[in-house]
Parts: sequence; C-alpha cells; structure tokens
Amino acid sequence: MIEAIFSYEFLQNAFAAGLIIGVIAPLLGVFIVVRRLSLIADALSHVTLAGIAGSLYLSQSVASLALLNPLFLGIAASVGGSMLIERLRSLYKHYQELAIPIILSAGIGFGAIFISLAEGFSSDLFGYLFGSVSAVSREDLFIVVGVAVIVLAFVFIFFKELFVLSFDDEYARASGLPAKWIHFMFMIVTALVIAGSMRIVGILLVSSLMTIPVATAMRVTKSFKQTIFLSIVFGEISVITGLVSAFYLDLAPGGTIVVTSIFLLLLVLAYKKIKVSRKKGAIA
Amino acid sequence: MVAPLIDIQDISFEYEETKALDHISMKVEEGDFLAILGPNGSGKSTLLKIMLGLIKPSKGKIELFGVDSKNFKNREWIGYVSQKSNSFNSGFPATVKEVVAGGLAKKTGLFHRLPKTTHQQVVEALEAVSMEPFIDRSISELSGGQQQRIFIARALIAKPKVLILDEPTVGIDHENVQAFYDMLARLNQDKNITMVLVTHDVDTVTDRITHVACLNQTIHFHGYKEQLHTMSDEKREAWYGHSVRKIHHIGGSHT
Repeated sequence: MIEAIFSYEFLQNAFAAGLIIGVIAPLLGVFIVVRRLSLIADALSHVTLAGIAGSLYLSQSVASLALLNPLFLGIAASVGGSMLIERLRSLYKHYQELAIPIILSAGIGFGAIFISLAEGFSSDLFGYLFGSVSAVSREDLFIVVGVAVIVLAFVFIFFKELFVLSFDDEYARASGLPAKWIHFMFMIVTALVIAGSMRIVGILLVSSLMTIPVATAMRVTKSFKQTIFLSIVFGEISVITGLVSAFYLDLAPGGTIVVTSIFLLLLVLAYKKIKVSRKKGAIA
Repeated sequence: MVAPLIDIQDISFEYEETKALDHISMKVEEGDFLAILGPNGSGKSTLLKIMLGLIKPSKGKIELFGVDSKNFKNREWIGYVSQKSNSFNSGFPATVKEVVAGGLAKKTGLFHRLPKTTHQQVVEALEAVSMEPFIDRSISELSGGQQQRIFIARALIAKPKVLILDEPTVGIDHENVQAFYDMLARLNQDKNITMVLVTHDVDTVTDRITHVACLNQTIHFHGYKEQLHTMSDEKREAWYGHSVRKIHHIGGSHT
C-alpha cells in the first residue's frame, strides 16, 4: 500500500486529502454537535449535491465550462445554502428546524433535475455521492488544503468566542460578544468543510464524519479540548482505515470510512457499559 | 454626582400586539441589591433582557454607567446569570474551569488568546462562590445549585460592577436557595457588586435585599424595601391582583 502511494499520484491526493479532512471535519463537528446543528450539516451536503450536479450538467452542455471543477459550484451552493438556512431560521423563529427539511429537499430536488437533464455522468456522480479513492485530482487536493487553512485559522482565532457561543448562546449575546457575526462565519466555514470533504467521503456521508467521531469522543471525555482531540483521533482512524480498506477491497471510501467510525462508536459504547457495570459491581 | 449604573428612561415594549412594558422609568444605583417582583407575565424577564441589550425597547432609552446603551462598550461590567433551565445544554462536554474561563472572552477581546493568568482568575472566581474544589469536574456532573454557582463565578471572573440574575434559583432545592442568596448578599456587601434580581422567592430574599421594584407592565413601586408599606392597597392590587396577601417580611407588613 505504501509503495502504491509513492507510485500513484491519485493515491497521494486521496490520502493527503483524507488526512486533512480527518482533522477538519471532526474539529468543526464538535461545535456542530454541541450546538445541536447536526442536521444542518446534512441539509448543506444535499445542497452541495445540487451544485455538483449543476456543474456536471453545465460542463456537458457548455463547451467553455467543460473543465470547470465541480467542487467550485458545490462550494458556492453550500455557502448559499448556509445563508438561506439562516434566513429561514430567522423567518420561522418558533419553528427553526423547518429550515432543514426545506433546504435539504430543495438540494435533492435541484440535484435530481440536473442529474436527469444530463444523462451519462453516473460514474462521476457515484464518486460524489459515496466518495472515491481514484477521483481526487491535484486541484481537488489544493481546494481541500485551502479549506483546511480557512477552517484552522477560524477555529484558532475565534476559539474562545466559539466555545462561549456553543455553551450558552444567550450568555454570549448578553456579554457583548458579536454572536451573530461569529455564527454567520461559522455557517460559511461549515459549508466549506462539507463541500471540501465530499470528494473523499461523498455527499451522502459527509455529515457522518462530522458527527460520529464526536459522538464517540463525547462518551469518554469530560473537557471540551479533550473532546476535540479525541474526535480528531477517531476521525483519523476512520479515514485511514476506511481509505486502506476501500483501496484493497475496491469499495466506495465513504462507506468504509463511515462503517469504521460506527464500529469505533460501538466499541466505545461497549467499553463504557463494561466500565459502568464493573463500577456498580464494586459498589455492591 | 455619580451617574446611576442603570438608568431606565420611559421604556415601553410590546411582543407583537401584546404590551409587555408600559412607560417604565427606574434607576439602579451603585451598591443596590434590587429585587424585581411581579406575577408571571408581568414583564420582569423582558425588563432584564432590555437592560442586557438582548432586546431593544420600542420606546424610551437606557443609560448604562451614564452612557446611552447603544454606545455602551464595556459590557463586561455587567455580569449575567440566566435561569439554569433555558440557558445551556446540560450534557455539554466541558469542565468547570473551561466554563468559568469563558467569562473572560469579552474582556480579553477578539483576536486575543485568554491571558496566562486565566487559571489563577478562575480559582479566585470559584473561591468567591465556594466551588474551588470542583475546578476539574465536568459541568454536567454537578447539581442545579452547584451549576448556578459556577455561572455566578463565570460572571464574576470579568470583575463586573453589576450582576443581573433572572430567577437564578429555579430548579434549586429550598435549603440551597438560602445559601445561594447568602452568597449573593456577601458579594453585594464585601465586593460592592450591585445586584439586580428577578425572583419569586420573596420570603427568602427579603432579608438580603436593599431595594424592591414591583412590576406588572408598569412600575407600581420602586424604592427601599423598608418603604414598601407606603404602597397603597389600590396600587398593591393593581400590581399583583386580588390574591396578594400581607405578610410581615418586607418593610414590616407586606406582599
């Protein structure tokens, strides 16, 4: 495998992009989970699908756009979707969760239209839906690196504000923090991570890499920083194991990555259960 | 003359069609321990939210430390402790230290890391609420009363001049409520922190407070608690309805 990575550029791209995504998706995922926004990640990934499908259709039908990387329109759709979600959440103040099914179904609706308009990109589309080891280009890798720089800078610079906002939104606003502005940037950065991650994990499974490692870490940590650290560790284990098994078994990496992360979650849940029952036994 | 810390000038506020506050004027001076009392739906929490800048009044204005609230920059001078129940996600993975240090976020400023003295400041804030031994515990492991003390510490760490508390004892058992108000009284007297408090615990709080405001859309009384007995029967009835009964806690004979 290591030899193959040195020999093939596509494998280098896939592994480098995978390792980066294994850090940024769970890192942002911690904030998404504790803020109870997990489903928003799902809605945004489906909007990204519309952007990708639209781009694939345009590259078929408009000659000058034939070489356009679908990721760019995917990112644009995802960022646009995140702004729309915010707009809908403020319009439906008492039913904020309504924004999620509206945007999610709009994403699938537009995606389905573009897919049926442009027949014949099913192999490309399969890669976008479930991830691909072979389809990550050098340009895709550069986009992922660019997204990672933005995400890491954002979290590093605004860590304390993001923490306060995530823990207690009302307190953050009352203490004079620019909560609205930080939330807006957070949504845009989330959209970037989703669009950037989907080349490896796939649109349908990208939100799981942001949430399952976090759900696993939260069972065994008590501090916020520990949760971030362990989420990234679980994310990386899932990505590396998932990519290697996808390469050898010729499977979609999105599937193998997510199944590995689910397996890790079950392991941790079993470990916690054994620990608790031992503790109870010791007390009795 | 020193400006009042909070100067509410002819404030009104409506939730859609429903009037919540009607021409409220009130001053909170340095060192006051003010309890805002009133029945459910009387606008108490709305008034606090306006003081905190969380909602904007439809009429009137507020001055904080002598500055129009729209231009007031030193929000860290005003500490806030909300009702435990509506405030935070109780399963949040954070230690007491992380939560209390969060109180320094505004004071430290955007684009700056928390100072190196943060740990010492967290310890001191926790000592003030007698919770220092819990510094490394997870916030979700603590009882409701303990969590509220942690939130007071989070407010204290920024060294506020005023502490605004919205029904802070909801969900705390009766014995701990007494200790909780004792702690607030100590902070008011020893650290000269002005307190503004919305509460239903009239019986418990009266020994500790200095001022009372009786609110029901409008202010029916505001002054020293000892003067509350000067409130006429008509005003008292307008404030709390027919069900109000006289007891001898506040100012000798009321509520």
